[in-house]
Amino acid sequence: MTWQQNWIAFSTILIKEILRFLRIWKQTILPAVITTVLYFIIFGHLVGSAIGDMDGVPYHNFIVPGLVMMTVISNSYGNTVASFFSAKFHGSIEEMLVSPIPNSIILLGFIGGGVARGLVVGAAVISVVLLFTEVPIMHPWITFSIVVLTSILFALAGIINGIYARSFDDISIIPTFVLTPLTYLGGVFYSISMLSEFWQNLSLFNPILYMVNAFRYGLLGVSDIDLAFSYFIILSFIGILFMFTLYLLKRGKGLRN
Amino acid sequence: MQYAIKISQLHKTYDNDFIALDGIDLSVEEGDFFALLGANGAGKSTTIGIISSLINKTSGSVEIFGLDLNKQRNQAKTMIGLVPQEFNFNIFEPVQEILINQGGYYGIARPVAKRRSAALLKQLGLWEKRAEIARNLSGGMKRRLLIARALIHQPKLLILDEPTAGVDIEIRRTMWKFLSKINAEGTTIILTTHYLEEAEKLCRNIAILEQGKIINHSSMKSLLQQLSTETLVLDLKQAISTLPKDSPYQLSQSDPYSLEIQYDKSHSLNDVFNFLTKHQIEVLSLRNKTNRLEELFLNLITKNKQS
Repeated sequence: MTWQQNWIAFSTILIKEILRFLRIWKQTILPAVITTVLYFIIFGHLVGSAIGDMDGVPYHNFIVPGLVMMTVISNSYGNTVASFFSAKFHGSIEEMLVSPIPNSIILLGFIGGGVARGLVVGAAVISVVLLFTEVPIMHPWITFSIVVLTSILFALAGIINGIYARSFDDISIIPTFVLTPLTYLGGVFYSISMLSEFWQNLSLFNPILYMVNAFRYGLLGVSDIDLAFSYFIILSFIGILFMFTLYLLKRGKGLRN
Repeated sequence: MQYAIKISQLHKTYDNDFIALDGIDLSVEEGDFFALLGANGAGKSTTIGIISSLINKTSGSVEIFGLDLNKQRNQAKTMIGLVPQEFNFNIFEPVQEILINQGGYYGIARPVAKRRSAALLKQLGLWEKRAEIARNLSGGMKRRLLIARALIHQPKLLILDEPTAGVDIEIRRTMWKFLSKINAEGTTIILTTHYLEEAEKLCRNIAILEQGKIINHSSMKSLLQQLSTETLVLDLKQAISTLPKDSPYQLSQSDPYSLEIQYDKSHSLNDVFNFLTKHQIEVLSLRNKTNRLEELFLNLITKNKQS
C-alpha cells in the first residue's frame, strides 16, 4: 500500500477506536473521573490535611500527578485490551487480517486509540481536580510527553494482553493482579524516600515509578528519580513492547491458526 | 489463460495434529464460477482460510492471479473479497459504517468508500437499513451485508463460504441473481455450499474435497455426465393400486397418486413415457427426485471412503 493508503487505513482504525470509547462514555470516561475525585477528596483533602507536606509540596497536590497517571495507565491499557480482545472474540479483527494493512499500521491504530482515551480521561480528571486545588504546571512539554509516552506503553501492553487472552477473564487478570499493585507501589501516594533502603531499591524495578515521578516533575517540579533516566526507561519499554507486539502479529499469535 | 487461484501441494496440520489438508492441488481459471464442495470437516474452510490469509499453511504454495502468497501477500490480498461462514462484523456498528471502514482498511478514501457502499447497499436491498446497527438486521440481511463488505474494494476474486446458509428461498434466489451478474461482469467466484442445487445451478467447474484431499476436480458438465441413472417423481391423474410387473425400470410408490421411476440413462424419456402409456398411467407433472449433484457427491464420498 502507498503512504496515502496507509494513512487512510491508520486513520480509519484510529477514528473507529475513538468513536468506540466516546460512544460508551458512561463506561469509559465517567467512572475514572468519579473514582479519581473520590481519591482526591478522601486521601488528598481529608487524610492529606493531617499529613502536611511531602517532598516540600502540600500532600493534596503531591498525589495529583500520581492519580492522573493511574487513570491514564488504566484507561490506555483498558482501551486496547478490551477493544482488541472483543474484535478477536467477535471475529471482526478478521476484517483487518484479510486486508492489505501492514501489521505496523494496525498496531499504530490501536495504540492511537489507547493514547486518545488516556489523554481524554487524563484531561477530564485534571480538569475536575483543578476545581478543588491549584496545580502549577511547571514543565508543560515534559508533562504532556510523559502522558503520551505512558499511554503508548500501556496501550501496547493492553494489545499484548488482548493477543494472548482467550476469555474475558484473561483480560482482567493483568489489570487486577499486576497493574493495580504496581501502580499503588509506584509512588502515587508517597515518596519512595519514606521507604527503607531495601524497599527503595526494590521500588526501582517498578517501571510505573519512573512514569509517576517524571509526570510529577512536569507538574510540580519534584521527583524521586532522575528525569533523563525516566525517559530512557519509558522509551526502552516502548521499543521492546512495540517490537514484541509486531512479532506476535506477524506470527498471527492468537489470531491465525 | 490466467489462473485466479493456483494451489500446489497445500498441506495444513493443526496444532492438535489434525491433518486438514493433505497435499491438495487446485486451479481456478479467471472468470470462473467455481464450486468447492465437501462434507463438514473435509477441508473447505481451511483452504479458504489459507487463501484469504486467516490461516497459516504448513507447506505448499498458493498463487492469486500469479501473485505468490508467500512473497506478495499484501498485493494478493487486494485481489480477494471474502464472505465468511460466520458473521464477523462488529454488531454494534451501523451498516454503512462497516462498509466504509472496510474500505478504509484497503486504503480507500472515505468519500469513495461512501459512494461505493451506497451503490452496493442499494443493489443488495440494504439501503433502507444503512444507519441501523448490524445487530438489528435479520439473518438474510446480515449475509447480504457480508457480501457487500467483501465487494467494497472491488476484488477480482470473490470467495463465498456458505453464503446462503439459513437464508430463505426468495433471498437466496436474489443472491444467486446478484452473484451471476457480478460473475458475468468478470469477477471470479469460488463458492462453498451445502445446497448442492445452488452449486449445480451457478457453477461451471467443481472440486470435491474429502478428508483433506481432492477427490474430483472437473467441469460440472462432465461430472454430471457420470450419473448413470435418473429418478423421476410423477404426479398421477388417477390412483394406481398395483405396480406393473413387466417394468424394465425400478418403480416405487409413496402414495397411490404418485410414482417414482428410476431409469438408466441409456433409455430415453420417450421409452419411459411409452411404457407409462402402455399401462394407461396418466402423468400430470414430474420432477427429479433428488438433486443430481447431490447423488453424485454422495457416490464419490462413499467410493472414497471404501477405497
